[in-house]
Amino acid sequence: MQRLLCCGLLCLGLSSSLLADWRQFRGTDNTGLSPEAATVDWSGEQELDWSAELPGRGLSSPVIVGDQVIVTACSGPREERLHVLSFSAKDGSRQWERQFWATGRTVCHPKTSVAAPTPASDGKRIFAFYSSNDLVCLDLDGNLLWYRGLTYDYPNASNSLGMSSSLLVQGDIVVAMAECDDESFTIGLNTATGETSWKLDRPRKANWTSPSLMTAGDKAQVLLQSSAGVAAVDVASGEVKWTYADGAATIPTLVVAGDVAYVPSNGLTALRPGTSNPAVPEIVWQEGSLRPGTASPIVFGDGVYVINTAGVLTKASLTDGSRVWQARMKGPFSASPVVVGGKMLCVNEEGVSQVIDLADEGKTISTHELGETVLATPSVTADGIYLRSDGHLWKLRLGE
Amino acid sequence: MSAMLRFLLVTILLCCTGRTFAAEPAELISRITAVESRGVGNAVATAAVKELESTAAPADLVTILGAMNTADPLAANWLRGAFEAAADRATCAGMSPVAELEAFVRNRANTPRVRRLAYEWLLKADPEAETRFLPTLLDDPSSEMRRDAVARLISQAEQQEGTAALATWKQALSGAVDKDQVKKIADALKKAGEPLDQVQHFGLIVDWHVIGPFDNKDLKGFPVAYPPETEIKLDAEYAGQLGPVTWQQLHSDEADGAFDLAKLTEPHKGAVDYLFTEFEVAQDQPVEFRLGTANAWKLWVNGQLVFAREEYHRGMQFDQYIVPGKLKAGTNTILLKVCQNEQTQDWAQRWAVQFRVCDETGKAVHSLSKSGAR
Repeated sequence: MQRLLCCGLLCLGLSSSLLADWRQFRGTDNTGLSPEAATVDWSGEQELDWSAELPGRGLSSPVIVGDQVIVTACSGPREERLHVLSFSAKDGSRQWERQFWATGRTVCHPKTSVAAPTPASDGKRIFAFYSSNDLVCLDLDGNLLWYRGLTYDYPNASNSLGMSSSLLVQGDIVVAMAECDDESFTIGLNTATGETSWKLDRPRKANWTSPSLMTAGDKAQVLLQSSAGVAAVDVASGEVKWTYADGAATIPTLVVAGDVAYVPSNGLTALRPGTSNPAVPEIVWQEGSLRPGTASPIVFGDGVYVINTAGVLTKASLTDGSRVWQARMKGPFSASPVVVGGKMLCVNEEGVSQVIDLADEGKTISTHELGETVLATPSVTADGIYLRSDGHLWKLRLGE
Repeated sequence: MSAMLRFLLVTILLCCTGRTFAAEPAELISRITAVESRGVGNAVATAAVKELESTAAPADLVTILGAMNTADPLAANWLRGAFEAAADRATCAGMSPVAELEAFVRNRANTPRVRRLAYEWLLKADPEAETRFLPTLLDDPSSEMRRDAVARLISQAEQQEGTAALATWKQALSGAVDKDQVKKIADALKKAGEPLDQVQHFGLIVDWHVIGPFDNKDLKGFPVAYPPETEIKLDAEYAGQLGPVTWQQLHSDEADGAFDLAKLTEPHKGAVDYLFTEFEVAQDQPVEFRLGTANAWKLWVNGQLVFAREEYHRGMQFDQYIVPGKLKAGTNTILLKVCQNEQTQDWAQRWAVQFRVCDETGKAVHSLSKSGAR
């Protein structure tokens, strides 16, 4: 009986360590950095650990929860089948798969697909989101907990080129952006039931950026970037705390480091929440020459890094945005970079993953050809880097 | 005994006894299918789906499938989640209800996509079933089943030559509804000297009565009800954006069936045109109105607004919009409002629409009267 009880306790405690996971787009805190992987001792040489076949297309990033690698995909002639899959992080074996029928529009530009948004997890649940605005909540064993069809609810929430905003989960709220030319909104749903906690009308303009987390004291805020600028929204209440209204890009997403958000706006703009007037953020600096292409900027150490449409990586000073160095990589890039062991991993659209030495002015340490188109941002934990294409999921080994 | 220990013992007891204290599947299904849009009923459905997932026995699988037949698209996904969890368990245990699944698939009265779901789980338990089913699927009500049959014939045709190949290509065409498969077949038929009329195959409407332009400067025209929205008088004259406008009957010769207003009339900017046709069918029927356009649009069928979409220049694709609707026996009226904005970029000049009527598999529904337009 004691052994049985122990098993029960273990089962109840299945939710994994937050620090070991990579739970949403660009990591648990949306920075592109894993607290453990950022400092891991890695030479930068790329070695394939395992690969697994995927049943359909997708450019969402994998998310990692404990030993599980969660991936979304879509299939069918109109990409109306929505897949959620779980693989073992150790050996890539498939643990389970669930499929659903899209309830919203699945039309997309041929380059993208319905499985574009990255799923998210709170360590106990998985939230999978698609261009059709279907939002599926499963437990870690693949059991359905709830389902929402946001285009089913709001029929003009769609984009004929496809939507790609990833989810953000914080506390007991999962935030989904459904921002487009017509019925445009961002919604906060209760993680336990999928019921609507709040809903914000948003600018009626197509938007492919993702929500980003910023902590303000003991409150979590989600930064929503759009053509209008940036809105900081209290995650729990949906209340808008401050806005920056000087416009912003609709593809690359801002990155937060400490209390500063580096926003693709007028080049790159560093914003800090206002102190004298909390409704108006302080512009720390603006640098017009820093123009992110599709890939989002990333902050590491004393620099903010930007990849432009020509595949040129620029390191700029966090203090004032001035250029520190530039390096040309083999582009073009849709995937955003991540930093592992002090080195940057960038994967271009041709599936060439390039490890860049940030301590040596962007010198290329290694390249690895995956042999397939890759548009998805890599995901990282302390023991591996996870990459996906339309057909495969790969793990690159880190360390011994 | 601590509170935690008591809780665990009760939990284990409940797990071991299974459905002894659980609601019956029918009751759980009823709670799940009561779920509504915008999250209404989610809390009740969440509890019910959890119980159904954990307690459904192999014998309950076909019951859940049957409930999906009549469930709305949202509830169908909730049920699918429960079904797959239970089906996974049954498959792993070698307890799939093979005969019941096969009977469900064979019954074409069941909803096409639910039959397809049953078919795929049947194949997991009995892979040989594919050999039995494939030759019978070319006219299946399920587009996915039909697609498999067409793919099989395409493979067969690729291995054949001459008249045998041509006959197989034509047989494949008889079931093909997906654009990629039709294109492949059309390419082969063209090589064989028998080009396919894709406009006819897909049922694209290329004859319309057209009136315009009305004003859409500063995007103001989308909500404005210009006269064609309140009356259809094909001999009427109205004040348009640039002067008096009257209905004209126009025909498109585009190979893809696009009705290109910029070419057929003028490449007006900040403008609205209306397109009108009549569509005759023998009986009341559900249909899908399928459109491709890079412009904002509204659709009325028999005077009722069916859908409106205000999006400009996010690409034009085949079957870009799928709008479920109904036609009545006899003559139906179809009115389209197609709006052009004032963007100046090269990629923002398209002012065109592809429009067709089809069944839910994508198979063309043709008007009994010539070319749709009168």
